[in-house]
Amino acid sequence: MTTPWPLWEVFVRSRRGLSHTHAGSLHAPDAEMALRNARDLYTRRGEGVSLWVVPAESITASSPDEKDPFFEPAADKAYRHPTFYAIPDGVKHL
Amino acid sequence: MTPAEPPPAPVAGTTAVAPRLVGDEATAALMLGDDALILSHRLAEWTGHAPALEEDVALANISLDLLGQARTLFSLVGDEDELAYLRGERDFRNVQLVEQPNGDFAHTIARQLYFSLAQEIRYTAVVGTDGCPTPIRELAAKAVKETAYHRDHATEWTLRLGDGTDESHARMRRGLEVMWRHTGELFAAVPGLPLDDAALRENWLTALEAVLGEATLPLPQGPDADAWTAGGGREGIHTEPFGFLLAEMQHLHRSHPGATW
Repeated sequence: MTTPWPLWEVFVRSRRGLSHTHAGSLHAPDAEMALRNARDLYTRRGEGVSLWVVPAESITASSPDEKDPFFEPAADKAYRHPTFYAIPDGVKHL
Repeated sequence: MTPAEPPPAPVAGTTAVAPRLVGDEATAALMLGDDALILSHRLAEWTGHAPALEEDVALANISLDLLGQARTLFSLVGDEDELAYLRGERDFRNVQLVEQPNGDFAHTIARQLYFSLAQEIRYTAVVGTDGCPTPIRELAAKAVKETAYHRDHATEWTLRLGDGTDESHARMRRGLEVMWRHTGELFAAVPGLPLDDAALRENWLTALEAVLGEATLPLPQGPDADAWTAGGGREGIHTEPFGFLLAEMQHLHRSHPGATW
């Protein structure tokens, strides 16, 4: 193809009450076609009840080079994590 | 009074056998089933060849929807494999439009627009007509949702190609004109389906004109249903490319009868 279609990121809500989750990406000429392609690629087997498509270029991502300054400090401060509480027996999902 | 015998338990992995249709009602199922099967095969020919991977998947999905419809309709008449793989050319009752070669992408979209729109209108009418056979009405009620998506897909592409570049406009226009002569047959009466076919055709034309108008494309002006134009598919008369399609579709089953995956 001489002019490749822009890239779109696809988010699928698998059922009511859950948030949209990133499912993958695809190429499409515009938003309407991206939605239809997303339907065909990601929800053909009953995976979803709602779809979002977002132009990939609209997403600002953290850089892999900044991984350490961004995320490293969180790892070595145990007091930031709720690990000093006894979990009551009745709590099943934490 | 003796109690009615319980129905035999269905064999695991199979669905209960649907009631068989006979006479005109069987012919109706066969005609609609042949339309779906042959168009399904044509669309499957795009697999691996579509202009983009995403479109490859979209066309294959539509093909599989149609294959599912064909299977259900054939199962109302007889053995699916026999009907699909062992009939000769003259036994197929599909309209000639669906057997037309894919051509370029615009030809395929033109064929798809003409057919999906007609199929959606006919299925909707079948669902709402008491005189139509119940199993066909059940199939239509389920399939009309798929068909609405097929029509939407063809419409979106028609708009983009028609209202796109000079090249895409010219190709879409040519596709519409090449396929047009095979549309006169779309609303020929189907035995067993008591529908007002002339009214359905009017609905089809109105909907088609709306799409083409928005796509800045003229409605083709050539003849569509005159004696001279094509249109004998319902009687088993097909165009030359159909024989090649059948040869490819049936070759494996005829060479290795009963072969399974």
